Amino acid sequence: MSEELLYWLAGDLRWSDFPPKADMIATIAALIVVAGAIGVVATLTIARRWRWLFDNWLSSLDHKKIGIMYMVLAFVMLLRAVIEAVLMRIQQALSVNAQGVVSADHFAQLFSTHGTIMIFFVAMPFISGLINYVMPLQIGARDLTFPFMNAVGLWLSAAGAAILMASLVIGEFSTGGWSGYPPFTELAYSPGEGVDYWIWAVTLSSIGTTLTGINFATTIYKERCEGMHLFRMPLFCWTSLCTAILMIFAMPPLTVATALLALDRYAGFHFFTNGAGGNMMNYANLFWLFGHPEVYILILPAFGVWSEVISTFSGKRLYGYASMVFAVMCIAVLSFTVWLHHFFTMGQSTNVNAVFGIATMLIGIPTGVKVYDWLLTMYRGRIRLTAPMLFAMTFLLCFVIGGLTGIILANPPVDFQVHNSLFLVAHFHNMLIPGTLFGMIAGYMFWFPKAFGFRLDERWGRIAWACWSGGFLAAFMPLYWLGLMGMMRRTAISFEAAYQPWLNAAWAGAALIVCGIVALGIQLVVSVRRRSDLAVPVGDPWDGHSLEWWTPAPPPEYNFARRPRIEDTEAFTNAKRDGRAYHAPPSYEDIEVPRNTLIPAGIGAAGFVCAFALSWHIWWAALLGLAAMWAGVVLRSLQGDTERVIPAAEVQRQNEAWLDCARQTAPVTRFAEVERINRGRAMETT
Amino acid sequence: MSIETCTNADCSGSGHGLLSPAGLIAQIQQDHLIQTVLIVSVVIVPVFIALPLLLWRYRLARQNVYSPEWRFAWAPEFVIWGVPVVIVGFLGFSLWHTLHRIDPYRPLGTGTEPPLHVQVVGLDWKFLFIYPGEGIASVNELVVPAGRQIAFDITADGPMMSFIVPRLGGQIYAMAGMRTKLHLIADAPGSYRGLNTQYNGQNFARQKFELKAVGPDEYRQWVRSSRNGPALDMARYAALAKPSVIDRPLRFGRVEDGLFGSIVAAYHTADRQPGDRLSSAGDTHR
Ligand code: HEM
Ligand SMILES: [Cu+2]
Repeated sequence: MSEELLYWLAGDLRWSDFPPKADMIATIAALIVVAGAIGVVATLTIARRWRWLFDNWLSSLDHKKIGIMYMVLAFVMLLRAVIEAVLMRIQQALSVNAQGVVSADHFAQLFSTHGTIMIFFVAMPFISGLINYVMPLQIGARDLTFPFMNAVGLWLSAAGAAILMASLVIGEFSTGGWSGYPPFTELAYSPGEGVDYWIWAVTLSSIGTTLTGINFATTIYKERCEGMHLFRMPLFCWTSLCTAILMIFAMPPLTVATALLALDRYAGFHFFTNGAGGNMMNYANLFWLFGHPEVYILILPAFGVWSEVISTFSGKRLYGYASMVFAVMCIAVLSFTVWLHHFFTMGQSTNVNAVFGIATMLIGIPTGVKVYDWLLTMYRGRIRLTAPMLFAMTFLLCFVIGGLTGIILANPPVDFQVHNSLFLVAHFHNMLIPGTLFGMIAGYMFWFPKAFGFRLDERWGRIAWACWSGGFLAAFMPLYWLGLMGMMRRTAISFEAAYQPWLNAAWAGAALIVCGIVALGIQLVVSVRRRSDLAVPVGDPWDGHSLEWWTPAPPPEYNFARRPRIEDTEAFTNAKRDGRAYHAPPSYEDIEVPRNTLIPAGIGAAGFVCAFALSWHIWWAALLGLAAMWAGVVLRSLQGDTERVIPAAEVQRQNEAWLDCARQTAPVTRFAEVERINRGRAMETT
Repeated sequence: MSIETCTNADCSGSGHGLLSPAGLIAQIQQDHLIQTVLIVSVVIVPVFIALPLLLWRYRLARQNVYSPEWRFAWAPEFVIWGVPVVIVGFLGFSLWHTLHRIDPYRPLGTGTEPPLHVQVVGLDWKFLFIYPGEGIASVNELVVPAGRQIAFDITADGPMMSFIVPRLGGQIYAMAGMRTKLHLIADAPGSYRGLNTQYNGQNFARQKFELKAVGPDEYRQWVRSSRNGPALDMARYAALAKPSVIDRPLRFGRVEDGLFGSIVAAYHTADRQPGDRLSSAGDTHR
């Protein structure tokens, strides 16, 4: 076949881009991905679950199912990213004045995929998933305002994640880090498919996230039930709102940055190249105009989770609700004014640096206030140290350390030294692991009984907590010290013997974190096995305060048989106190829910084809993918009959069954919260 | 490729980075770090004390006072907003003050001697140091007189890099077609590690150099002996700029006039395609 024809057909893709790879570890990784994919297909086929999968999940527009699928995506990607992290820790521990186990280039791919996955395909899906599941229930809504768009967001994120998985098998990934700084990521220095994979994976995710943000904000503004004034929303909804606003305004700069970088690489533009007027400083600004708000996108929903968890397991109202809302809003607004602290060392004037440094420290004020609000929430409470609460405690202790180091980094005099060092790596993991990730894990444990109808095993939850907390401390506290000693990030080998003990500790910590993940897995398996013992059909296992607990577990597709009317933040608590929590509503009505459709999944699949083809310059397939995406959108707008009606009688039957169950269930005290007799009906805490 | 073994001084664990400053700038940076930690402790230490106390006193089993509806009071509100505001106010003031003292672009207000000018070119994966005053140049070895401040002009001929000598101070980015500045001083003779902190390809971790601060006589002697080195003309520079790792420091006895300026300017003329020198290196770069 002529070279030209081959290019026309397959772009730059050749047999040599498929496994086996140049190095053994990469080959094994590729084989694991392939084997995993084959395993999933085989299991589904043998268990005859394909129909079930398509009908119940892949085509669903139900916000709860979409939320769960987001979480599954996040967990799968977390596994990969943690394995990569451990590999990096092993490499650094074994490469002090030695070669270690992976090549420098492979190491660079590891930190690039680890960072990209953790941010875009672990943390973001976790957040979108949790908000998706919880927020509509908390505001008494039936679904998000745009269920179809919600599913499109999910499948675009999944397509981006699939690109990262594909990169493990076919070709190589970028070595430019999660931030993809040019000019290193320009063609001159990074030819090949790697950076293109990164560009398109991130672009898919950022477009999906923009859509999701619009959806969340609209839902909170438009779908609240009667009486749910903004200032009666649970705090998680407030943090969701702020996150949504940040998503809407922060994702576009990223999309623009990656699009301009793509123009440089594909069309010979010079936005960020070294010459012809290009300037990478523009990229740094655009990227961090996204990047800083992004870190608040990542942390604010976790703040929401902590507020719910701490107030629930202290059996108390949240202290300083208005002050918390004000603090979150301050953080959201201020987060757009500090992006420059990511490059104090780029040579701008001292006054500019000082202003941005001080602006950054200002964010510390509302953040510190929140910590104290949580402490005051526990004051005079009835504290139960369940697994989510234990995670909350680790969070509080570690978060203030992260806050301290954040303030340190906001000071250019010190940042000049520790910029790009492991001190920085320690700082952001300090925020992202106890903050975001623990928040997501706690949220998962907290709301799991709501979503699946049974509690998670408490003992394994505690073991997971111990491993994660100890592992985090061992893995990241030494990095602060290493950073002060002058060890820089992204180094595959080092030359100072004094680093060795600290790197060993960090490695041990990473191993402990892996134990934490295993414990989470065991917890899930054990709980599924014991699900009838752990069942909480009434739906209120923790003596919850907000509306999501006022539904059966799992809630019906339409969430509420009758949308509630509320007169206080803690409507459910009040109803329980007055003894009217499980009274039947006066009447029932027909409920409309969106029909299932496979178009969003199709759009995601087409997006994957387009992104993959673009990365390999297979132009015909790229065009086809893009056309198919657009065709999906057009097709949808031509569909007339998108809703399905659930008759009032059916709603009544289901609701009455739940109410009966509730009335027959004995209320349990908080002492028996994790005992078998907790069937999800809570007695007032005393 | 040779890998250095650790000398005794290196193995001790002390004498690293910001932990043991060896120059005015790094000293100010360390002081600022310690001061910040102490001040911020005012708000974080109470958390470490209060949290265990609260957990103990208000645990369910203890059945202590319980006020489920208590949700707000002005007194704690003033404290939890007020104290951080005061602290950040103070930190902000101190930030402004310290930052202006160590503005990397401004000469340090120490000593009477004029600064020693050094031009730094970040290359893949080494640093070229040009001494315009002496007409010499070196690679991966920077010899300077102790106690005399050094005024760096910094650029890169390649992707972005970042220049730092942790025990003396820094860092600042090195960017092609641009010139950044930095002022450092070594208080006492010694050998200090310098490096690039910004990932720029597979040999990034090997892009490091020795900064040797020596006495004035030794410095003069070093300059004299360097003069015997080969000349750094355009052809040699072009060879040097190709991606490579330099295991042994190099020295050049003469430097093409205006070399630094022409490296910066090259990125501003239309006829030069950005990075073309390196694109020929293609995959070797990674
Ligand atoms: C679970 C345990 C984790 C471990 C052991 C771990 C470990 C690491 C290591 C070793 C690096 C490379 C540091 C270097 O450049 O020298 C790294 C980088 C990074 N990690 Fe993690 N990490 C973990 C979790 C996370 C999480 C949860 C997130 C985000 C949500 C995250 C985000 C990042 C990012 C953004 C980078 C920077 C990548 C880059 O340099 O471009 N990590 N991590
Ligand atoms: Cu930031």
